Amino acid sequence: MTRRAVVAKTYKLYLGGAFARSESGRSDTATDHAGEHVANVPRGSRKDVRDAVKAARGGAGRWAAATAYNRGQVLYRLAEALESRSEELVRAAVAQQDVAAAAARAEVGAAVDTLVHYAGWTDKLAAVLGGINPVAAPYLSFSAPEATGVVAVLAPDAPDLLGLVREIAPALAAGNAVVAVVSRRWPLRPLDLGEIAGVSDVPAGVLNLLTGRLDELVEPLCGHRDVNAIVDATGRADLAATVDTLAADTVKRVLRPAAGDGIGDGALGRLEALTELKTAWHPIGA
Amino acid sequence: MTSVTARPDDPAAPGRTALRWDYAPAPESRDAATLADRYDLFIDGAFHPPGDGTVVPTVNPATEETLAEVAFAGPADVDRAVQAARAAQPAWAALPALERGKHLFRIARLIQERARELAIVETLDGGKPIRESRDVDVPLAAAHFFSYAGWADKLSYAVAGRPFRPRGVVGQVVPWNFPLLMAAWKLAPALATGNTAVLKPAETTPLTALLLAEICQEAELPPGVVNIIPGAGETGAALVRGEVDKVAFTGSTAVGKEIQRALAGRGVGLTLELGGKSANIVFEDAAIDQAVEGIVNGIFFNQGHVCCAGSRLLVQESVADEVLRKLWDRMQRLRVGDPLDKNTDVGAINSAEQLRRIEELVAAGEAEGAARRTVACDLPARGFWFAPTLFTGVAPAHRISVQEIFGPVVTVTTFRTPAEAVERANSSVFGLAAGVWTDMGSKAFEVAAALRAGVVWQNTYNKFDPTAAFGGYKESGFGREGGPAGLLPYLVMS
Repeated sequence: MTRRAVVAKTYKLYLGGAFARSESGRSDTATDHAGEHVANVPRGSRKDVRDAVKAARGGAGRWAAATAYNRGQVLYRLAEALESRSEELVRAAVAQQDVAAAAARAEVGAAVDTLVHYAGWTDKLAAVLGGINPVAAPYLSFSAPEATGVVAVLAPDAPDLLGLVREIAPALAAGNAVVAVVSRRWPLRPLDLGEIAGVSDVPAGVLNLLTGRLDELVEPLCGHRDVNAIVDATGRADLAATVDTLAADTVKRVLRPAAGDGIGDGALGRLEALTELKTAWHPIGA
Repeated sequence: MTSVTARPDDPAAPGRTALRWDYAPAPESRDAATLADRYDLFIDGAFHPPGDGTVVPTVNPATEETLAEVAFAGPADVDRAVQAARAAQPAWAALPALERGKHLFRIARLIQERARELAIVETLDGGKPIRESRDVDVPLAAAHFFSYAGWADKLSYAVAGRPFRPRGVVGQVVPWNFPLLMAAWKLAPALATGNTAVLKPAETTPLTALLLAEICQEAELPPGVVNIIPGAGETGAALVRGEVDKVAFTGSTAVGKEIQRALAGRGVGLTLELGGKSANIVFEDAAIDQAVEGIVNGIFFNQGHVCCAGSRLLVQESVADEVLRKLWDRMQRLRVGDPLDKNTDVGAINSAEQLRRIEELVAAGEAEGAARRTVACDLPARGFWFAPTLFTGVAPAHRISVQEIFGPVVTVTTFRTPAEAVERANSSVFGLAAGVWTDMGSKAFEVAAALRAGVVWQNTYNKFDPTAAFGGYKESGFGREGGPAGLLPYLVMS
């Protein structure tokens, strides 16, 4: 009896709702904990960054204009899809990272819960961050949060999946489009998340995932004029000054989230950092 | 006494009598404000001469007379001020919150008690009409201290129940256009949240901040909680590079970017309130006379020295002729001159340097082909003046369409559809404010929602209140001032 050959998966970038090889044609090797080759991943280029930001800008307007209810539904749907594929992601973590199944299961579970948590934030943000301003004059004055726009996310290496979800979930919940550079060390499960997003009603362009090397991608991404905010979750002190300096060219907001689960106390700070508060004034009786 | 006389050169509409309203001068008396010959640095609760002896005259831009000499802080003075703030911070933060609030209430009351003096000095030092310093700057400054005084013991509500602590020492740099009001915007939330502050007022307008220092003394604010150190750009640069935990800056986008770069990688909190090129959009269904008043207020308030000034007027094509005619007519009735005169609408340009900048940009507007109209009025022989000016035939690429002029200059362009208005309004690196004029509520709210700007005034302009958040999108900066949102930058969620 002949053994069936497994069809190995070709990992691709998630750009504009489609799965693409790097335009540069390059790839990097993804290895497991023992240094064994597991798969090849695209080595994203400056052009891939530009394409991703363009796709994000294209997706941002419609996503921000969607009702909070709709955005919440989509994020909840993403959580559902992640839940349904959680065992596959647990197996991958065990095989690639040599972690205990229980720990891997806890991480994927936390990622699902994080998405559920932020799905529920979409229609509560305005109530918590905004409100009617009791101005001392006859005006209706109110402040409400809006999406900042296109958010660049530099995801941490660990946890590879939960670390990415923690940063994209608040950005998406607040109505932003995201371009994320996923973990260089453990890129496979983050790319799996792109596949899950691709079948989860997340509109094309709203979430874009790049693999590659930060030393090549930081400058084109964080220096891009059409990126409005940066979430630097790498925890790398050596990167901070570079990111901040690039951000200063167009007065980008930079968020360095405190380590934590991203649910509860930490959530609102992430959401605040990725929103703009708009204040509108309208005369009353004049 | 007012008299009505015909003015021969008045381009009156057919069938109407050309009228010119003359007002008798109504100068505010300077007696209510006595300036010292010299003001020192306010550090650790007392006034100190500068370490390196730098003393610079501050002049009245309406007359070019020296008002007083003011000490400028050198690097050693900045360090001393930061150390004083550092030493004072733990006790200030540990004070029961209600007590902290009571100190702010005292400051607010003292501003009210010294309102007339403050208004006069603000006008003398900055050139703005007394009508504005008296009715806007000073009352709003007091209102900010009152409002944030009451926040001191209610902070947990502002942070939605999260655990929090003050950042520590904040370095604050404020501009010359609203010297007292910006000091209040910066200090009130910083103090309410248990921070101590080192504030650098602008080079050309330090006086009311120094009167505020006197008020801090009168209010028995603990020494070191507020330190006020006048100086030029170098003083500000030393302050933001100092051992501070948070920097708050209001000023130009160029300097804001420098500060962001200077703080790169340091983990120091930063809020920036930068420039703007705000669109003021008039739709054909607007109440036109009301809109014209709003346009005038939007751009000529404080000589246009306003970061959120409505400097890009967008008018729907169908009413452009009417709006332009009425606007030009209204502009000619603006009273330009002595800022201390209560009838004055447009005062002096803040400094010779700022006047040069305005003149340069206006010259560029003409050179690039836009059509300039400047009100013909008698300007005082001394001082820095620029008459209200409007440009038509302006292309989006002209420098006057893109760059902040920060003077009494408005550019006018037309549009056909609401979508085009929104697109034009949003096609700017700035996103501070905008105005929308229409009698259709649905359109007003739809357009307001589509504008990428931090403040949108519908059928009004240039309204401010301590309870309402103010701040920009894009390169107009980040962070908000006013309201509960104004507290957040001064707190760390622990």
